[in-house]
Amino acid sequence: MKEFLAELLDLPGVSGYEEIIARRISDEFSKYCDEVQTDSFYNVYGIKRGTAPKDGSPAPKVMLAAHMDEIALMVRDVTEEGFLRFTNIGGVDQRILLSQEVTIHGREKLFGIISTIPPHIQEDGDSKTAVKMKDMCIDLGLPVEKVKALVRIGDLITFRSPLVSMAGSMVNGKSMDDRASVVMLVEVMKELDRLKYQAEVYATATVQEEVGTRGAIISTYRVEPDIGIAIDVTHGETPDAPRERTYAMNKGIVVAKGPNLHPGLTEKLLETAGEYGIDFQLNITSGPTGTDARSMQISRGGVPTVLVELPLRYMHTTVETLNLDHIKQGARLIALFIASLKEGWQEWLKY
Amino acid sequence: MVEVLKRLTEARGVAGNEDEVREIILELAAQTGAEVSVDRMGNVIARKPGLKTGKKVMLAAHMDEVGFIISYITDSGMLKFHTVGGIDQRLLLSKRVRIGKKGIPGVMGVKAIHLQEKDERNKVIDQKQMVIDIGVHSKEEAQKLVELGDYACFDSNLVVFGDNKVKAKALDDRVGCAVLLELLKDTYDFDLIACFTVQEEIGSRGGEVAAWHLKPDMGIVLEGTACADIPDVPEHMHITKMGRGPAISYMDRSSIADPELFRQMVKTAREHSIPYQLKENIAGGNDAGVIHKSRSGVPTVVVSVPCRYIHSPSSMMDLNDFNNTIRLMKEFLKGCESR
Repeated sequence: MKEFLAELLDLPGVSGYEEIIARRISDEFSKYCDEVQTDSFYNVYGIKRGTAPKDGSPAPKVMLAAHMDEIALMVRDVTEEGFLRFTNIGGVDQRILLSQEVTIHGREKLFGIISTIPPHIQEDGDSKTAVKMKDMCIDLGLPVEKVKALVRIGDLITFRSPLVSMAGSMVNGKSMDDRASVVMLVEVMKELDRLKYQAEVYATATVQEEVGTRGAIISTYRVEPDIGIAIDVTHGETPDAPRERTYAMNKGIVVAKGPNLHPGLTEKLLETAGEYGIDFQLNITSGPTGTDARSMQISRGGVPTVLVELPLRYMHTTVETLNLDHIKQGARLIALFIASLKEGWQEWLKY
Repeated sequence: MVEVLKRLTEARGVAGNEDEVREIILELAAQTGAEVSVDRMGNVIARKPGLKTGKKVMLAAHMDEVGFIISYITDSGMLKFHTVGGIDQRLLLSKRVRIGKKGIPGVMGVKAIHLQEKDERNKVIDQKQMVIDIGVHSKEEAQKLVELGDYACFDSNLVVFGDNKVKAKALDDRVGCAVLLELLKDTYDFDLIACFTVQEEIGSRGGEVAAWHLKPDMGIVLEGTACADIPDVPEHMHITKMGRGPAISYMDRSSIADPELFRQMVKTAREHSIPYQLKENIAGGNDAGVIHKSRSGVPTVVVSVPCRYIHSPSSMMDLNDFNNTIRLMKEFLKGCESR
């Protein structure tokens, strides 16, 4: 599991440019699925068909969604010295950028460093003013002619920050948001193989979440599910963040409650957690969530949707930190929940 | 050569905690046939006795790098730290470190952009507010992995990239150490004493002691010096320029070069058509500051490899500059024999 996650983190998959990572995900899904499909936006669907109910009643179509795309940077200009100016794709805190290693996806892949000014020539007080992204540049270690031959305005820039294992089951790296949840999709498939279930499951790795859950909009429309399960990351507890908006890193996965989520279905999900002794924390969220659940719920004539989240520290940085145990726990919960959808499941979806 | 640089830069050696670097240098220096020893400060002394004269030339490069020291563990198992040496607090966010002898991995994070108020990303976070996260959930767990006083350094591997460039941490001054190891391979008329010093980054404390007990007749300091030839920095503040060869200092913040040595160094470069540059802008200090004032004074000069982004996890150097520094130093030392 950790190996697959590490591999995913290293693949480029900037919002709107997910082809490379989508291919790798498709390969992995095909090991565990009856069928794998990819649409023209590179949403990847891993389809697993359960055993149809004996009474001939319809089995539910359950769609899981976890996004594969990542925040990144884009080349805005090439300076006369051959350095790159850049802008962001998705939300990036400019304060994390100095001295970061990046990969420029030009005519060939290039290694780059985000420049810093040595303390030796800074004026007093400089270190108290944040450097603006527009004033930063990337050093490719190449002369300007070569840079101009290899890089064009609009080329993508991804962060370079391979997975690092920390104490216990904690890991850190870039793009854990939301590739850790894509890994969870695979873990759900493995769990389902050990269970009896009736549902037709569409485990979907979605695109363009970071720019407005666009992949979820398209894929949910296509699948037309009876039930939606979104999987994403949420904020892990840190000293610099408000306690009430963050979740412990060792107290189980997070289940969201609020208008974006179906109350009855969420109750059933929590019952399943209770029944099997799976720890969870509750995220009370008052509006449309910042996840694929936001769009799944209002697809076509409406899809009752639940949301399972992984606590993650330092979201949208190169050191996103999470607990691998949570991926396993979340996968187990979701698989058991799917298996609990038996004849009469329609009753669960009523308001 | 890149292999040696890789080993040296990837080793952890924050000022006061140079053990890993010292071990590598002891091994590599011994392979050159030099007599190696460690003094009471932890400086490594590698000596190649001269064939003729009893004169002593001291070459110095420092083993230590800037980094951090763990000062407190919070109830939730987060580590508070102080910086060791000069580090711009603005580049610490979203960086990885390795802590203590075991190299426990840690990160310096920052709360998600989603949890910030509108203008927070324009405000610099004071280093005193930061913590290192090692992925534990309590103080007790943290105490099993880390002790107060453990050192931490940036986690950064050497990468060869661009046009013969390398990226690594601690090029300041492992590159100087690598030059010294190369120079030790030769034998000269005079005693060559390569001194790999400790604690340069907190005030050249190792160099001071070494110069006193080595009593050299001449000192040459090999440094990885700042290079700010990047966009938006006015030309007169570039200090050095990458790819233009070793930088010879006439003066920096800690010393004025011995005029004769400075002239000879420039002359050597010219005579052998080795690219060189003069270090512009009086910035930065180094072990020359203590060596030239040792006892009754030691004629000293500084030769540096230009390194961009020093004191960060991603400093950068041109391998041509590194090779030309070795060439220049070899010619200079040969030249000393006839003088």
